[in-house]
Amino acid sequence: MDIRVFLLLLLVLVSSVEHGFSLYEDQVGLMDWHQRYIGKVKHAVFHTQKTGRKRVVVSTEENVVASLDLRHAEIFWRHVLGTNDAVDAVDIALGKYVITLSSEGSILRAWNLPDGQMVWESFLQGSNPSKSLLSVPINLKVDKDNVILVFSKGFLHAVSSIDGDVLWDKDFSAESIEVQQIIQPPESYVIYAVGFVGSSQFDVYQINAKSGELLKHKSAAFPDGFYGEVLLVSSDMLVSLDATRSNLVTISFRKEEISFSKTHISYLVGESLGIPVILPSKLSGILAVKFNTLLVFIRVKSEGKLEVVDKIANAAAVSDALSFSEGQQAFALVEHVDGKILLTVKLSHDWNSDFLKESIAMDHQWGLVQKVFINTYIRTDRSHGFRVLIVMEDHSLLLLQQGEIVWSREEGLASIIDVTTSELPVEKKGVSVAKVEQNLFEWLKGHVLKLKGTLMLASPEDIAVIQDMRLKSSEKSKMTRDHNGFRKLLIVLTRAGKLYALHTGDGRVIWSLLLPSLRKSGSCKHPTGLSVYQWQVPHHHAMDENPSVLVAGRCGPHWDAPGVLSFVDTYTGKELNALGLTHSVAQVIPLPFTDSTEQHLHLLIDSDQCAHLYPRTSEAIGIFQREFSNIYWYSVEADNGIIKGHALRSNCIGVVDEYCFNSSDLWSIVFPSESEKIIATATRKLNEVVHTQAKVIADQDVMFKYISKNLLFVATIAPKASGEFGKPTPEESWLVVYLIDTVTGRILHRMTHHGSQGPVHAVLSENWVVYHYFNLRAHRYEMSVIEIYDLSRAENKDVWKLLVGKHNLTSPISLYSRPEVMTKSQSYFFTQSVKALAVTSTAKGITSKQLLIGTIGDQVLALDKRYLDPRRSVNPTQAEKEEGIIPLSDSLPIIPQSYVTHALKVEGLRGIVTLPTKLESTTLVFAHGVDLFLTRIAPSRTYDSLTEDFSYALLLLTIVALIAAIFVTWVLSEKKELQEKWR
Amino acid sequence: MRSQPVILVLLVHLCIPFLSSSLAISPGEGYTVNGRVKIPSLGAQGLVRPGKLSNIKVVLNGGQRFTLLRPDGYFSFHNVPAGTHLIEVDAIGYFFSPVRVDVSARNPGKVQATLTENRRGLSELVLEPLREEQYYEIREPFSIMSVVKSPMGLMMGFMLVVMFLMPKLMENMDPEEMRRAQEEMRSQGVPSLASLLPGGAARS
Repeated sequence: MDIRVFLLLLLVLVSSVEHGFSLYEDQVGLMDWHQRYIGKVKHAVFHTQKTGRKRVVVSTEENVVASLDLRHAEIFWRHVLGTNDAVDAVDIALGKYVITLSSEGSILRAWNLPDGQMVWESFLQGSNPSKSLLSVPINLKVDKDNVILVFSKGFLHAVSSIDGDVLWDKDFSAESIEVQQIIQPPESYVIYAVGFVGSSQFDVYQINAKSGELLKHKSAAFPDGFYGEVLLVSSDMLVSLDATRSNLVTISFRKEEISFSKTHISYLVGESLGIPVILPSKLSGILAVKFNTLLVFIRVKSEGKLEVVDKIANAAAVSDALSFSEGQQAFALVEHVDGKILLTVKLSHDWNSDFLKESIAMDHQWGLVQKVFINTYIRTDRSHGFRVLIVMEDHSLLLLQQGEIVWSREEGLASIIDVTTSELPVEKKGVSVAKVEQNLFEWLKGHVLKLKGTLMLASPEDIAVIQDMRLKSSEKSKMTRDHNGFRKLLIVLTRAGKLYALHTGDGRVIWSLLLPSLRKSGSCKHPTGLSVYQWQVPHHHAMDENPSVLVAGRCGPHWDAPGVLSFVDTYTGKELNALGLTHSVAQVIPLPFTDSTEQHLHLLIDSDQCAHLYPRTSEAIGIFQREFSNIYWYSVEADNGIIKGHALRSNCIGVVDEYCFNSSDLWSIVFPSESEKIIATATRKLNEVVHTQAKVIADQDVMFKYISKNLLFVATIAPKASGEFGKPTPEESWLVVYLIDTVTGRILHRMTHHGSQGPVHAVLSENWVVYHYFNLRAHRYEMSVIEIYDLSRAENKDVWKLLVGKHNLTSPISLYSRPEVMTKSQSYFFTQSVKALAVTSTAKGITSKQLLIGTIGDQVLALDKRYLDPRRSVNPTQAEKEEGIIPLSDSLPIIPQSYVTHALKVEGLRGIVTLPTKLESTTLVFAHGVDLFLTRIAPSRTYDSLTEDFSYALLLLTIVALIAAIFVTWVLSEKKELQEKWR
Repeated sequence: MRSQPVILVLLVHLCIPFLSSSLAISPGEGYTVNGRVKIPSLGAQGLVRPGKLSNIKVVLNGGQRFTLLRPDGYFSFHNVPAGTHLIEVDAIGYFFSPVRVDVSARNPGKVQATLTENRRGLSELVLEPLREEQYYEIREPFSIMSVVKSPMGLMMGFMLVVMFLMPKLMENMDPEEMRRAQEEMRSQGVPSLASLLPGGAARS
């Protein structure tokens, strides 16, 4: 071990302090890949009228506004708005601005259509929460200025589309009207604001579009009451449901008197079909009503008469009507017919003619169609063609044109919930000789080119070839396991309940699976995926089996909803088994035991704190019973400020289930609710490997790390400081951090930071914890480190004692005795806000650690752990310097070269995952948000392998030269010898 | 004609922040913070093209709110409550110091902005980058020294020294002295370097 420690020291010395990670510009894409996404599309507006690039502007559930190329699906521009800046509506004004309404209708922005530059931003006043409506009339002008109408927060605003100035506004907040629609008939300068007062009165306000003046106010009572929203079916007719949801009510609002006309639904459709839902599609003269799976189209005739036009059984989605030539209007309807989708484009006024009917075969992994957007184009024969954009159940976006899928985007990957990995299959023997020979030639050619590159002799074309060769190296995207363990499968679970396997080499999707157990069904109304675990990792005696993962989910938004489990083979991407559980899933604990088929034992804790063992086999029970008394876990109730420790007690009482176990509370820590509120917790990663318990410090002394898997870091703040930023004063805010042993519930360390507040991000590894918080006094962010050392082993330093046996290494560690620990702590300023915090992990834990900081700018910064060492001092001694201690500075450095994401951004960054590779020096870093980014970093440089740009050709050349030199000198010496003999 | 004055008032109200101060009162609970991001060498560096201005974000209070820059570099946050706030600028290729902004309820219109990195006060909310950020290492141009210093170069160098310089040194040596030295070494039983060489061995 000494040798290893020495090696470690040497390693620390060798690696330079400045940056463990840095990259040349031409190395971009060699070890990393970056994928850009937008998320599930909510709104789409096409811009295809003008010649030139055809584009579609979309807004998504990830609060992204983006412009996509309709031909190739690439992103022209994209803006990721803040998490609480959800987009309510999108439209195009003046043919050159994209108008977005966001933040519940309070922010109106205009973006330049070609490049996405923000042109203006307007903040709309108002206080009453209400519907947010955006309307961009085509030819409504006030003083030569096109007007945008916005209804939000109880106000109707007319906004200039040139500069975003509010021209006039009309306050409806005093009128107690719940405005449902803003209607501006194209031919007049009158705006109609219609809505409900209470549940049974309908009001119409007529407003002068030029001045915002109120022209007329009409009101009519409808004693039956309304349910839900109103839909505008024609320029003077609205449709709604009555309070009992059994009648359709048409409202004619533009005449002198508001008139209602009621039609019983069962009378219309002939039978009772269930609860009707009016679809919000604007179809001009037609409305679509949905009953469970049946879609009924109803035409609204004059005088409010209704007539059923069609009933469609498997309809999935209906688009809005789109007007094309000569005032004709068409809309798209999508149906699912035996595994294919059937797209129909119909004209609004002529139901019986199908303008277009196409059947398109589709990958089942996309699921059902959820949204349709229609667009028209002129074919070469001057007839009208239609293309539709569809949003699928798994959030992917597809463009259909002429019965084909033109492109698809896997937008589900923009909302990753959890990540795990799986090894690839082992490489099979039997590569043909011819292939090798060709490879050898290629290999040599490649290296000659590389040599040319390093000697700066390469022409620009050569350089391009070299770059291309490096990026397209087939090595990294092979489907087999490699010696260094760089090639793996990333198994990611997305919010849509889809599981993807991504190759770490180039990020391509190997397979994807829309989990049947996480799809909406009768028994499971609102399924949500929770997490994914490695279920079976075959490596010893189950080598023939494929590895598999466990996906845990629940059937509802609440944590006591029944759980679902799904087991998926990671090589084939097929679901092996699915279980609908009778109990809920509050916590999943992977246990460190495996059965004979290398299945990992998992303990599922339900909301009643009962533990359920999986897999449900007798063998698993056998293994579990042996370790029964060694299993402890904890639960954090952040709202109540309680942390509890639990242990297993006995089999469940009442239910006959030998895999169910009762638990008992061992301890609980209750934080006083008036002074402390839990905001962050952190534990060690379960798979973390610690190489050595000892730390050799400067004067040949040894310190023992306190290493426990049961260490929990908890941060609490003053409840007053938990609100908005900038509100609390330093005196009334504090941050208290705890280190807690989760088996005994003992608080090992407690520290208070006065004048500090959250948000707190923390990471715990080995014997240290690093956390990031805000210091209100200095008004800067700070990062602190706490290291915890075990003092009970401090006497074990003496080698003689070890030899004689007078050490306590083998003495039992009891959790009942108070551990003698010592903590060291230090704080530093850190410039930026932080979104995520992680730490590198390597296979054996020898390599020094780096913190990975996801900054507010959506970049990932690698910061050496040595900067966060509580033993740093202003003037380190010579011995300490040799140990690698950096002189103390008040703030942590941000070195641009140590951004692992270099000049890229992982927009909407949510999480950073590190995956150890087989090569000790190296680790994979996967950052996900709206974008995905994966790279390979070596925190202490690659001390155990040659670098990527190592020139084998130069080595060969040297060897050849040396051999040649030997021969030459030999010949020379022979000659000389001969001459000497002749003399 | 009731609406006419309303428009006027609104227009005037909207103009004020652009003209004079970076802090304006707005009706309602909060205040409006206006500021500007100025990048002196925009376009000069290859990293940030002028079009990239659209990707600069301004962040209030660690992600509570985001805004983007208008084409002229201005930004504003509306409805900001009185108190102390933090504004950060997120621009690829530049390092900005976060700015502490005090919005005071007592004397509105007064700007209180301080760079937190160097505690420098700002009279106006004009944010400039502290430095440019270079994310890549600059590749050193090819030099003979780097080849010589590499392990292979050292190997070659040593070989050359042995091949060409050693015989020269031997020749320059006095033959008498040389023989004496060789005999001395032989008596000690240590093979001399010269004897290892083919030329040297032949001479002995």
